[in-house]
Amino acid sequence: MSRREKTWWWVVGIAIMLYCLFPIAWIISLSFKGPADIANGQFLPSKPSTENYSTILTGSASELFLPALRNSFGICLIATFISCFLSMFAAYAIARLDFPGKRLILSAALGVAIFPVISIVTPLFNLWRQIGLYDTWLGLIIPYLSLTLPISIWTMSAFFREIPWEMEQAAQVDGATTWQAFRKVIVPLAAPGVFTTAIIAFFIAWNDFAYGISLTSTSAARPVPAALGLFSGASQFVDPTGSIAAAAVIVTVPVVVLVLIFQRRIVAGLTNGAVKG
Amino acid sequence: MASIEMNNIVKQYGDGYPAVNDVSLDIPDGELMILVGPSGCGKSTLLRMIVGLEDITSGDMVIGGKRVNDLAPRDRNLSMVFQNYALYPHMTVYENIAFPLRLSKTPDDEVRRRVEEAADVLELREHLERKPANLSGGQRQRVAMGRAIVRQAEAFLFDEPLSNLDAKLRGQMRTEISRLQRRLAITTVYVTHDQTEAMTLGDRVCVLRKGKIQQVASPRELYEQPVNLFVAGFIGSPPMNFLPATFENGRLRTPFGEIPLAEKWAAAVAGRDLLLVGIRPEYFEDASLVEESRRPLGSTFRAPVDVTEWLGDSQYAYIPYEAPEAITTQLRDLSRELDSEELRTQAIVSIDSTSRIREGREAEFWLDARKIHVFDPSTGENLTRDAEAGAELTRQANEDRIEQMEQTRGAAAVGAA
Repeated sequence: MSRREKTWWWVVGIAIMLYCLFPIAWIISLSFKGPADIANGQFLPSKPSTENYSTILTGSASELFLPALRNSFGICLIATFISCFLSMFAAYAIARLDFPGKRLILSAALGVAIFPVISIVTPLFNLWRQIGLYDTWLGLIIPYLSLTLPISIWTMSAFFREIPWEMEQAAQVDGATTWQAFRKVIVPLAAPGVFTTAIIAFFIAWNDFAYGISLTSTSAARPVPAALGLFSGASQFVDPTGSIAAAAVIVTVPVVVLVLIFQRRIVAGLTNGAVKG
Repeated sequence: MASIEMNNIVKQYGDGYPAVNDVSLDIPDGELMILVGPSGCGKSTLLRMIVGLEDITSGDMVIGGKRVNDLAPRDRNLSMVFQNYALYPHMTVYENIAFPLRLSKTPDDEVRRRVEEAADVLELREHLERKPANLSGGQRQRVAMGRAIVRQAEAFLFDEPLSNLDAKLRGQMRTEISRLQRRLAITTVYVTHDQTEAMTLGDRVCVLRKGKIQQVASPRELYEQPVNLFVAGFIGSPPMNFLPATFENGRLRTPFGEIPLAEKWAAAVAGRDLLLVGIRPEYFEDASLVEESRRPLGSTFRAPVDVTEWLGDSQYAYIPYEAPEAITTQLRDLSRELDSEELRTQAIVSIDSTSRIREGREAEFWLDARKIHVFDPSTGENLTRDAEAGAELTRQANEDRIEQMEQTRGAAAVGAA
C-alpha cells in the first residue's frame, strides 16, 4: 500500500468512525446536561452535572429503572443461554447430518426471523393473559427465543461447517462416542462461534421494545427499553430527556463490556493447526 | 494386534456408483499392506470402511476373527493417521497424544508414562506443551503418529500420511514409518497414490483400479510379473514403455526393430493382430557400452534421440516412435488414468551415465529381451506373465517378513522378561 493510499484509508476510516460514534457522544453529553441545558443548542453541557444519573439510580425514577435493569439482565441472559444451547444442537445437526427437511428447517428459521414482531404481539398479548404468562419473565423469554433462535442457528451452523469433518472422525477412531466427540472436540472448536452467537442473541433480546412494552405492565417483568418509554419529567411540562439519556448510557455499558470481554474469543483462526498449514 | 480379512466388500453410493467393487483381501497379523492406485480408485473408501467411518454395502469385514461390519469406529480399536493429521487445535501436543487414553479412562500416571514413551520414539519430547498451530508440518505429522501408537490398537491405518510434506521430509518420514512398523510389528494398512511409497514400504501391495483389485503381491512381483497393462504402467518410475508389435516367426516386430521372444510364450502370444510390448527403461542400454557376452541376449536397434536427461548417477534418453492410431489413443487413455499426461508416443530409456549419446542424433541402443512382457492391447492382460516366478517372489518376501517379525517379538519378549 502506498503512502497516499494509506492516508486515504485513515481519513475515510476516521470519517466513518465519527459518523457512527457521534450519536453516542451526543447521548453521553446529553446525560450530563441539567434540565435548563438540554435545549441550549451546544454540544457540550455548560455545567456538567450527574443529576440525571442520581435521578434514575437513587431518585424518583429509580423505582422504574432499577427493577427494569434487573429484569432486562435476567430475561436476556436466560434467553441467550437457552437460545445458544438449543441452537448448538440444531446447528450441529444441520451442518453435519443428512436428514429430510433440512432445508425446510433453515428456511422456516429465516421466515421466523423476518416475520414482523408487531403482527404477533396482539394475539400473543391475549394468549399470555389467558394462560397467565402476561407480565412474567417467562412470558418475555419465550418470544425472545423466537427472535434469537433463528439467527443463532444460522450463525452457529456456519461456524460448525467450518470445522473439518476429520476432527470428529479422528475423535471417533480414538475411541470417543458421538457425544464425547461433540463435547470434547467440536464444542471447544466452535467456541468462537458460540460466543459470537451469544453476543448477537443478547443484543437482539436486549434491544427489544415491542414485546417489552406490550407483554408487561408492572416492574415484575418490564425490561429497560419499555421502562425508558415510561419515564416522566419532574413535572408534566418537563421532558425526561436527561434521565432517558442517562439510562441509555447505563444500558449501553454492559453491551460494550460484553463485547470487550469476548472480543479475544471471537477472533477467528482458532482452528489453525488442526490441519496442514 | 490382529489380522484383517475382507470378503467381497462392496461400497455403493446413493447413485448406485460402486466405489469399491467386490474386494477380497487378507492381511495377516503384522503385515504392512499398501493400498495403491490413481485418484478415485476407491483406496481411501476401502480404508475408511476398515476403520468404520464408511458403511459397508455388502460383504464381510473381519478383524481379529470378529465380524465388525456393524461396530462403531470406537469399538474396533484401530488407530488411524489422517491425511491432514486432524490434530485437535485446542489441545497441547501432550493432550493430543493422550486423547485416546483419556477416553478410555486410563489413570494419570499411566497416561504420562505412555505419552512420554511415544514422544521419545517420535522425538517430540520438547514439544509436548506446545499447540499444534505452532508446529511444523513434519512435527504435526509425528504428533498424529504419536496419537496412533500411544494405545495398543489392533492395527494402524494410514491415509496418505505423507502427501502434505515436501519431498525431502517425505523421504525421511517414509523410513521412519517403516522403522516404527517393523519395531512394533503391528498390522498396518497404508493408503497412497505414490508408487514409490508403495514399493518402499509395503510387505505386499494391493493395486486398485476403479474399485476393483488388479493385483495383490510383493513389490518385486508387481514390478517383475505385473498381471496387466494397468499394473505394469502404474508401478515403476519412469514408467514402463509400451511399443506396438506384431508377432511373426517367433519374433516381435516393433518400431525398435525385431525382438526375439522366448519360445514358451509363442503359443500364448500367437493369433493376435496387434500386441503391446512392455519394456522397462532399465532394460535398455547404450549399445556401445554393452559387453560382448551380453549382446546376444537382446537385440540392437538404431533410433533418433529426442532429449537426454543427465542426473549424475543415471541418464535418460527419450526416443519418439510411430504407433497406429488405436494404440496411441489407448496409451493416452492409460496415462490419463494413471494421473499423468503423456503427450507423445515416446520411449524413456535408461542409459549409463557415462554414455556419450547426444540428443538430436541417431544412436544405437541395445535392449534386454529376457525381461520384456507382451500385453494384449484389447484386454490389457499380460500374456507372458510367469505366475509361478511371481508367487515365488512374494513367498520369499513373506518369509523375510515373518522371520523379522518373530525376531522383533522375541526381542520384545526378552525385554519384557
